[in-house]
Amino acid sequence: MTEAIAVSGLRKNYGKTVALDGLDLRVTQGEVHGFLGPNGAGKTTTIRILLGLLRADGGTAQLLGGDPWRDATALHRRLAYVPGDVTLWPTLTGGEIIDLLGRLRGGLNAERRASLIERFDLDPTKKARSYSKGNRQKVAVISALASDVELLLLDEPTSGLDPLMEAAFRTCIEEERRGGRTVLLSSHILSEVEALCERVTIIRAGRVVESGSLADLRHLTRTSISAELATVPAGLAQLPGVYDLDVQDFTGNGRQSDGTRARVRCQVDSDKLDDLLRMLVAAGVRSLESQPPTLEELFLQHYAPTPSTDTDQPRVPAAGSTA
Amino acid sequence: MSALAGIRALTRLGARRDRIMLPAWIYVIAIVMIGTGDSFKGLYKTVASRESIAADIGRSASNLALGGPLYGDSIGALTVYKIGAGGALSAALMSIFIVIRHTRADEETGRLDLIGSTAVGRQASLAVGVILAAVANCVLALLIFAGLAAVGLPAGGSAALGLAIGASGLVFAAVAAAAAQLSATARGARGIAIALMVAAYLVMSGGAAARGGGASWLLWASPVGWVTQVRAYTGDRWLVLLLMVAATAVVLAVAAVLAATRDLGAGLVPERPGPPRAARWLGSPLALAWRVQRAGLVGWVVGGLFYGAVFGSIASSIGSLLGSGTGLKNAITRLGGQSSVTDAYLAATMTIMGLVAAAYAVSAVLRLRSDETAERAEPLLATGSGRLSWAASQLILAAGGAALVLAAVGLGSGLSYGARVHDVGGQLPRLLGAALAQLPAVLVITAIAVALFGLLPRSCVAAGWTVLGLAAVIALFGPTLQIAQAVQDISPFTDSPKLPGGTVSAEPLVLLAVVAVALALAGLAGLRRRDIG
Repeated sequence: MTEAIAVSGLRKNYGKTVALDGLDLRVTQGEVHGFLGPNGAGKTTTIRILLGLLRADGGTAQLLGGDPWRDATALHRRLAYVPGDVTLWPTLTGGEIIDLLGRLRGGLNAERRASLIERFDLDPTKKARSYSKGNRQKVAVISALASDVELLLLDEPTSGLDPLMEAAFRTCIEEERRGGRTVLLSSHILSEVEALCERVTIIRAGRVVESGSLADLRHLTRTSISAELATVPAGLAQLPGVYDLDVQDFTGNGRQSDGTRARVRCQVDSDKLDDLLRMLVAAGVRSLESQPPTLEELFLQHYAPTPSTDTDQPRVPAAGSTA
Repeated sequence: MSALAGIRALTRLGARRDRIMLPAWIYVIAIVMIGTGDSFKGLYKTVASRESIAADIGRSASNLALGGPLYGDSIGALTVYKIGAGGALSAALMSIFIVIRHTRADEETGRLDLIGSTAVGRQASLAVGVILAAVANCVLALLIFAGLAAVGLPAGGSAALGLAIGASGLVFAAVAAAAAQLSATARGARGIAIALMVAAYLVMSGGAAARGGGASWLLWASPVGWVTQVRAYTGDRWLVLLLMVAATAVVLAVAAVLAATRDLGAGLVPERPGPPRAARWLGSPLALAWRVQRAGLVGWVVGGLFYGAVFGSIASSIGSLLGSGTGLKNAITRLGGQSSVTDAYLAATMTIMGLVAAAYAVSAVLRLRSDETAERAEPLLATGSGRLSWAASQLILAAGGAALVLAAVGLGSGLSYGARVHDVGGQLPRLLGAALAQLPAVLVITAIAVALFGLLPRSCVAAGWTVLGLAAVIALFGPTLQIAQAVQDISPFTDSPKLPGGTVSAEPLVLLAVVAVALALAGLAGLRRRDIG
């Protein structure tokens, strides 16, 4: 058993609204998996199906080897969940809620509880109604992290935390990863995902648009190239996978001191990088700058609604499919 | 920026938010008062009947403690005795709810943060709450005056009574305004204001029970007592109204000072810290339900004891109270289904308290839905506790709580009625049994709420309360209005035994219990299959 979460072709409709449209998600045991997507993409719906709160309309979902709907309570003893919007019982104190949720999961590590309360700087004697959003979030996070479970399902767990607490959270997840716990981290904070996750799944409108290791995904995106050349290259514009091409021709301005005749700026699909470089080398490279894509660009590429003329095909979803 | 800037726009907003609730409050209070005055005119037509009932009331200190002092035997005086204090408390309750709703409740939810960031003065929301309450009480006073005068009571006395009721509302609007500064939560502020209101009533009771003796000065120590001291229809002491307005002004000034000196969101009574760790027993959905709702349940049980005691005490003198008012007597015997008017009164009371216990149970069951929509249920259901144990815990608390409330009613009425007739040993088990005989019907209503929650979650709140409302209408008005038996039969309370005094057969009770279990199981089965959220 190496897959903590195995979801394929998951479908869920709310009346006429399609929330999940054949979603696939695979999380290997022991990995920290980033789960990304714009608002309303279906992240929370997926997590709720995994928790057995919602029943899927189609597709299959396996959680820790069990059926999330049928085996809900047995599975829940092996996982901890932090909702994105934490609502607590107003008259209970934070400390009481941490203990209660931990006990309902089947036990809490008292030592970890104490150290987490200290690290997250939470006053456990305050009634939940007087907590701010961030403090409510801390209660849920502490209770989850102090539980001895195999899997953590975290739905935007840092959305109300200040930068200091966010850093504390990252340290904790880092420790969890080293301890071999599996984490599904739904998040909007790219630096957080980049720092913590080995693999990510990006979804939009209930479907996966990208999935794989961060390195793989970067490979699937465009690299920015800026080059100064000895001759003006021909045929660049015809090359597939090259975008936003801008060629400046200096021939008319007389020869420059270092022999530069042209400057080329463009974006290129990472798998067409070879072809472009061959053409540039043929033209004689004087200087070359290349910028790998950031996760940010990856995001914007997938989050922005695609014009209808563009092919809305999901890119190669499987990991390891790149050459 | 002035402390009251933006008050116009805020008042309009407040009036819009309250456009249904506020007229409903005013309408119900006014109708009950006018209706009582009108019915007394029909009930006590002769001078002799009025003299005899006034003498009966005056003989018993506990009657006076309940209704307040009786200053004559005119229809007006009897009306004031019957509903003067009740009307004052209703107006006070209305004012407390309005003021807290527009001040501390908005502050607690954070809505006031948003409003406070605009060009609105620091005291504006407090002023809006008080203005709305003042307008409501003025309209109420006017309606009571016009209504009572219209049914033929003296105009001067009607004006005095209407204004006294309105003024008592004003005093407690001011009290609520001050309470809203003291507690950091709306619940706490309401609690403080209502506790003060109850205290004012009890002080008035003490003064009235003294029947002109030494402790009569207590009538002057309580805003509810002031209402009686206006002596509507029996002297119309208008100056007392000025005293009430002055008291309102003083308390409001205190509230304004408190409001000006504190921070937004803070209370003057600091929130006490709670335990940093959960108690050992707090480890199951049932324990959680108990921990969250125990304070509320204690309130319901104490209320049950109190009202049981009140009704038991009234029952002992009901025969003489109704001596010549045969219309009301017939109404009660029809409602209670008994020939002995005392037993009939007690049985009718038990039906009403059954409805009250059902209201507790329905509110407890519907908590499941509010926990679901507020997403409080989500973290709970993501643990090892399944949805069935979550729902069953709440159901246990609802059913057990309703049983406790009924037992408290039986205990209170048994003790107080038993003490009055010198037969506690006989009456206590009799009335305890009578109260608990309502339980099967209560459980049916509870189970309907569970079935709605499981099968029709989206409409279960409205539908649950509607079912209870229908049962109440059928139980209270069915027998008197002689509604068709087929309609009456759909209310589980129709099948409940009319106790004390009536006969008990096991068959309907067993039937009710079977129906309750079936409905609850259907609801739980529905919950197992459906989506949460």
